Amino acid sequence: MSEKSADQSRLPLLEIRKLKMYFPVKGGVFMTAKAQCKAVDGVSLVIRAGETVGLVGESGCGKSTLGKCIVRLNQPTSGEILFDGADLAKLSRSEMKPHRRNIQMIFQDPADSLNSRHTVGNILEEPFIVHGIGSEAERRARVNELLRTVGLPAGAAERFPFEFSGGQRQRIGIARAIALNPRLVVCDEPVSALDVSIQSQVLNLMLDLQRELKLSYLFIAHDLAVVKHISDRIVVMYLGHVVETASAEEIYRSPRHPYTRALISAIPVPNPRKHRDRIILQGDVPSPINPPSGCPFHTRCPHVQERCRVEKPALRTVATTAGIEQQVACHFDL
Amino acid sequence: MPDPSAPLLEVRDLVTAFDTDAGQVRAVDGVSFVVHKGKTLGIVGESGCGKSVTALSINRLLPKPMGKILGGQVLFEGQDLTQLSPEQMLKVRGARIGMIFQEPMTALNPLHRIGRQLSEIFLLHKTKDPREALAMSVEMLRLVGIPSPEIRVSEYPHQLSGGMRQRVVIAIALACKPALVIADEPTTALDVTIQAQILELMKNLQREMGMSIVLITHDLGVIAEVCDEVVVMYAGRIAERGPVLEIFENPKHPYTRGLLQSIPRLDSPRKVKLNTIEGMVPGLLDLPTGCRFQNRCPHRNARCAEVQPTVESVGDHHDVACHRWRELSPLEVRS
Repeated sequence: MSEKSADQSRLPLLEIRKLKMYFPVKGGVFMTAKAQCKAVDGVSLVIRAGETVGLVGESGCGKSTLGKCIVRLNQPTSGEILFDGADLAKLSRSEMKPHRRNIQMIFQDPADSLNSRHTVGNILEEPFIVHGIGSEAERRARVNELLRTVGLPAGAAERFPFEFSGGQRQRIGIARAIALNPRLVVCDEPVSALDVSIQSQVLNLMLDLQRELKLSYLFIAHDLAVVKHISDRIVVMYLGHVVETASAEEIYRSPRHPYTRALISAIPVPNPRKHRDRIILQGDVPSPINPPSGCPFHTRCPHVQERCRVEKPALRTVATTAGIEQQVACHFDL
Repeated sequence: MPDPSAPLLEVRDLVTAFDTDAGQVRAVDGVSFVVHKGKTLGIVGESGCGKSVTALSINRLLPKPMGKILGGQVLFEGQDLTQLSPEQMLKVRGARIGMIFQEPMTALNPLHRIGRQLSEIFLLHKTKDPREALAMSVEMLRLVGIPSPEIRVSEYPHQLSGGMRQRVVIAIALACKPALVIADEPTTALDVTIQAQILELMKNLQREMGMSIVLITHDLGVIAEVCDEVVVMYAGRIAERGPVLEIFENPKHPYTRGLLQSIPRLDSPRKVKLNTIEGMVPGLLDLPTGCRFQNRCPHRNARCAEVQPTVESVGDHHDVACHRWRELSPLEVRS
């Protein structure tokens, strides 16, 4: 990569190298580890300053686990998460704390991720208290400012989360995430629980905030139209592996991996005149406890060859458009 | 002699209400539509718009005693389902009307083997012989594309994946070759590649068996893929209904237009502001007089605040409930 010559915004903000997250599968009388669930199995990716990276894949592909590793809600098994000169994967709880200001998270279900016994004001004030920022009056002023920023009335501070609709609660979740001026926000399915008409309101808010606060997003979602709308670059995961990455435009215009192609062709298009030839994948995603040999996708791939069953394909660069590389983990040029 | 061109199902002015601590709320308030033989009708709308309650009312599965049908008719195969006794309804439900639910894990009993759950419906409606019922179950699983059905029939729901479980639910719904299947968000809990499998399966089975489908969803993409006719609901009432092409290419109701304009599309420009429908759906307990969409409507005027619009014809089986539809310019919808 030509980062040396590139301007400041091209520098990586976060770099993940060969990250693995294995969960023990316990069983037997003594609950000893019987097997390992390889949720994330050697993922490398880069997020640059001001960039939105969309992370897509089906349930169980490891996309949420990867997001949780970055904010260290999971302790990765191996690999590196480089941020601000430190390797987050190796830090202790207390060493991690100063970095938490810079990396925040927005969760899928705002009803579950907000404490229902606290007022919205208390919920939004907590990050400042935890990090010892400002006097009480200053904190209150900042809370009101946050509410205004995300489009909620100032009176909202005195009320409880259940008094708000789903879309408003997600605004509270966003306000909490941006409270400490983070540089990276990990968004795990932030609009999946919302109705269509509310979804677009929240997406607009997230785009505005990115511009104003120079945020970088890791946007995890399964709705590809939403991901494409908000992302600069898209990473496609399958069974704990990255199978393809490219610019948002390119991945829709010319997807190279057979899984990406199937995924895109499976999206129902809101146009009754367009009935495309669909690639319908057979079968289900294999279990990450007992992943297939060779290419993780070979059990469902329409182009499978003998080589795919034995040899795991590495990510390789196949094209570069507008400075963004397109990388594919497939043995063949399809 | 029944008229072969007559609709299979006709819902007329259906009113369904729930008793709550704060009073009675009308979740469905005067909804009418028809479903033709062998066709698919989509009902689309946001959470709380009454689309699921409409489905439960047709099938008489409303939670008791809070939910009740206050008025209207559900005409199906020559009888008004709202007037049937619970015993008479048992002969319709499962046999003539099948139901597919959103969450296959909660729709199936985790304690019983797949075979037993499928056999149950055959034992109720088709045969007295448990062995024959089991054989029919295996055949049904084969029909919905479950590999090695003779083995799967003796497994429990947790041993199947989400997509396979939904196939089992579909097998149960179709077991007695019903004339009508009501599918309430059948693919919402599934991944896109599995969703594509299930929608394809439903289309193929419809072609083979000729049943009608009422498909309830919030996903306009799914509607466009599989439906012939569409009903758009808002706050318990019909906003617009018509053939799928009309609804997508010539939408008249400001709500339908807002929905179509606010969804991000694969071929639309990235990172630009999406159109939005400002504000939120009013609560069913404090509905405004007049049009229920008025607080979010960019075209509202004084009349909208006073008079509730009635459903009127735009032409070509296309109806809309809006005072101002004639004044709105044609909508530019991206393809």
